[in-house]
Amino acid sequence: MPVDLQAVCEIIERHGNQKASLIGILQDIQTRMNYLPRKALVQVSKSLDIPLTTIYEVATFYKAFTLEPKGRHTIQVCLGTACHVRGGARVLNYLENRLGIRCGGTTKDLVFTLESVNCLGACALGPILVIDKKYYGKINPNKVDPILKKYQNSKLGDSMESNP
Amino acid sequence: MNLPLKNISDLRTLRHLLQKSRDKNKPCMTICAGTGCQATGALEVVEEFRKEILHQSLEERVEVRATGCHGFCERGPLVVLRPEMICYTHVETKDVHRIIQETVLEGKVIENLLYQHPKTKERIIHEYDIPFYKFQQRLVFGANGEIDPTSIEDYIAMGGYQALEKVLTEMDPEGVIETIKRAGLRGRGGGGFPTGAKWEACRKAKGKEKFVICNADEGDPGAYMDRSLLEGNPHSVIEGMLIGAYAIGSEEGYVYVRNEYPLALTHLGIAIEAAKKYGLLGKNILGFPFNFTLKINRGGGAFVCGESTALMASLEGRVGEPRAKYIHTVEHGLWDQPSNLNNVETWANVPIIINRGADWYRSIGTETSKGTKIFSLVGKINHTGLVEVPMGITLREIVYQIGGGIPKGKRFKAIQTGGPSGGCLPENLLDLPVDFDRLQEAGSMMGSGGMIVMDEDNCMVDMARYFVNFLQEESCGKCTPCREGLQQMGEILNRICEGRGKEEDIELLQDLSWVMLDTSLCGLGMTAPNPVLSTLRYFKDEYEAHIQEKKCPAKFCKELISLSIDPEKCTGCGACLKVCPVEAITGEKKKVHQLDGEKCVKCRACYEACKFDAVFIQ
Repeated sequence: MPVDLQAVCEIIERHGNQKASLIGILQDIQTRMNYLPRKALVQVSKSLDIPLTTIYEVATFYKAFTLEPKGRHTIQVCLGTACHVRGGARVLNYLENRLGIRCGGTTKDLVFTLESVNCLGACALGPILVIDKKYYGKINPNKVDPILKKYQNSKLGDSMESNP
Repeated sequence: MNLPLKNISDLRTLRHLLQKSRDKNKPCMTICAGTGCQATGALEVVEEFRKEILHQSLEERVEVRATGCHGFCERGPLVVLRPEMICYTHVETKDVHRIIQETVLEGKVIENLLYQHPKTKERIIHEYDIPFYKFQQRLVFGANGEIDPTSIEDYIAMGGYQALEKVLTEMDPEGVIETIKRAGLRGRGGGGFPTGAKWEACRKAKGKEKFVICNADEGDPGAYMDRSLLEGNPHSVIEGMLIGAYAIGSEEGYVYVRNEYPLALTHLGIAIEAAKKYGLLGKNILGFPFNFTLKINRGGGAFVCGESTALMASLEGRVGEPRAKYIHTVEHGLWDQPSNLNNVETWANVPIIINRGADWYRSIGTETSKGTKIFSLVGKINHTGLVEVPMGITLREIVYQIGGGIPKGKRFKAIQTGGPSGGCLPENLLDLPVDFDRLQEAGSMMGSGGMIVMDEDNCMVDMARYFVNFLQEESCGKCTPCREGLQQMGEILNRICEGRGKEEDIELLQDLSWVMLDTSLCGLGMTAPNPVLSTLRYFKDEYEAHIQEKKCPAKFCKELISLSIDPEKCTGCGACLKVCPVEAITGEKKKVHQLDGEKCVKCRACYEACKFDAVFIQ
């Protein structure tokens, strides 16, 4: 897949070409491209004069980054303590079984990526699911299927409007 | 008013003009638009109010204001009509027309939108009478319900930046530090370190430049106080940092905010831009030889970056690995320069102390813990939300008076404070006062403010496992005791929860704990054993049941329970069959259904779906 290196360079420039802004730069690339393509990281390494291994060290340390393309819809299950205490882990378990993937993975048809998140700060609604930034509260395994159906039927264009 | 404000007189004039032009008696709908309420549709409610008011040409009669988090998250969306303080809960867009017609125009109260006490069933009209609010002391958090967080003028009008004025005109840096020391403010991020002493050490340190940093990496799962403060009143933090920078001699500040807090990032960004525009950030602030700039850095999703040295490494663009702290960050911190790092809530307390004085602040709280603390009261509790209470209040008062007790008639089992670094306290310690030192003595800690309530259906061994697994994921891996210790603890706890526990496991867990406590490089590893040690101390019987009898007394641990369908209660409605993800349930309509134990993955979807109590767990 072609990677827009022009966009990568623009992002680096916007951060003032500073080595210290590496994390901010990677965040902006991730937002733009939905993941961190290798070619983009090679460009960052060249432009900022940081060894590629160091960039990979940072990219694999922070959870915000992913080196693999994500699905059309990202399902985040909150596993914060309050949600856990109200049964959040069961919701995750249910989703893993339903979608046939482990937490962190993406379905083969690239429709869903399943992730866990440690506390979104909406504890009154726990357990919580967030799909493409839309919050679903007071979830139990029972309520998952009708929600999934909404996204399974959506077309590519639908997910774009939920990204700011 | 010309911007930027050039001197104190300009600021005072602006404040005066703003206060004069605002009619305190004009009805104002303050609607909570914090992340929690947004998730239940608050923004749609705000839009509907604005539309209706425009449509009926009522702009002169009533104002609509979207504010930050009010704190009563369980009952959102919340709408409070000022000045009367009539509080409506669970408001939906379909209620808006009625509220405008009956309450705003006709002065009537709508009963079914009022808060109802879970036990007495009494309907309460005014926010200040609702027990959730009544027993709090909302010094820091109170403004959240009043102001529009995207408006610097709202902040200035209610007295904002007066503390900065006082500091610049009447106090010298040493005087500010003395005031903070005298007030007894201790860090609200979890460490409880005396803030005044930290500022003093940083002021005295030598370096070519000094930094002030705000730790908004709030990583404790279940805690969201800092997020709500930044969303709802970002200027209070900016003002605190300005005062701190003046006291320490710093010209550059950073706010390190978790990536997972988009609204807080947005509102803080707006506030900083506004402060720059008004001349409250930048060069020669208000005409004084005082410069200060503030930048926002987003976290990358690493709990360990809440640790101060790891946070500073992250600000430098490196991985968040901590380092030993016998070299103090106040002397050698960010870029090896003197750096003063404080938590969001700590910074927000500073303007209050300056405005009202150290002696007034000292009158609140206990001997060693002054002031108030904001907690996120969550879990198995009726009134989930953010509460601000004076230090010294007991856990029992928080859980029952403010929190409204445990839902569904269940029995209280434990309360967890301090996040993954804290401990679980049992029912017989509910009368413990909330105080840095008392909580520590009991085997827990204040922490950043997360307060998780658990009931009889929660398994304490599972809680220990939950925290250990969380920390295992988040450990940076640099030091052996934490990296290997957490892994071993995790394996042991998993075995116990799965029914493969051994007799010697308890002693092994304790030994591992002491090693990690003593030899880990940073606070993450050092405090990681706390959940294990506190559950072993107070709930040893549950560990023993898991190990010796292979039973989970709370019927929580998957491998130790089995689900079945009671043929006497089953009506054959098929609700369970529909939701089973692994097709373990079979049966015809109106005939008793069967659950295949071999296929069952214990997700409990059937248990939740059954309306006849026919699915039981043993």
